[in-house]
Amino acid sequence: MSLQSPLGKFLGHGSAKEGVQHWWSQRLTAVALVPLTLWFVVALLGMENFAHAEILGWMAQPFNAIMLILLAISILSHSQLGVQVVVEDYVHGWAKIVALMGSKLVHIAVGVAVIYSVIIISVGSS
Amino acid sequence: MPEINRPLSPHLSVYKWQVANTLSILHRATGVFMSLGALAFAAWIISAALGEASYVQVLEWFAGPLGLLVLFGLSFAFFYHLGNGIRHLVWDAGYGFDKHVARMSGWATFIGALLATAAFWAGVLA
Repeated sequence: MSLQSPLGKFLGHGSAKEGVQHWWSQRLTAVALVPLTLWFVVALLGMENFAHAEILGWMAQPFNAIMLILLAISILSHSQLGVQVVVEDYVHGWAKIVALMGSKLVHIAVGVAVIYSVIIISVGSS
Repeated sequence: MPEINRPLSPHLSVYKWQVANTLSILHRATGVFMSLGALAFAAWIISAALGEASYVQVLEWFAGPLGLLVLFGLSFAFFYHLGNGIRHLVWDAGYGFDKHVARMSGWATFIGALLATAAFWAGVLA
């Protein structure tokens, strides 16, 4: 018989204090990435010659800009979650803490830089 | 607690190397590779925002021998991780665990990724 309260069980908070949060986020971003990445692959196949002007014109369209931002958020979130698991499995001690913090901060920085770039391209040319 | 080098599970060397575990570690390897590859995706977009000179420089890196090799590797990693990720989502939903089904879906994923990679580059270079 468990002494855990029904509320405690419901929240799923074991000793890790996070329940299924990480697992669920990984699945959520994975599901989001299926249509987003396939859209991106089709878009790449539709490019004429990848010239600068063509890319700017393409990114400037609101739908493409929004899809790119959603794609960047999903890619970098999913990447961060995956790298976190790999680090937790193979790296130990202080190196683990440094790697986890470093990875998360780099993912956030890259994500913000990409989103900012898409926005200035899209807004700048409208 | 005394520092004793007790034998710890899992003893990977006692298991027979087979399709299932190869595809499993390949999922992780392609994931980590694509986390690094996300920097290429970011460089492409950020350079486009920085201006034509930076963008052309990045495209030149992509079009070089090393760049093409990395992009080719990323495309295979993507199609494999996508297919195997969907396979994982199906497992999460509770289906496809029978030994022969899991083996079949594994081979289908791997061969499908090879075909998709070939088709993608045929499309890009066409």
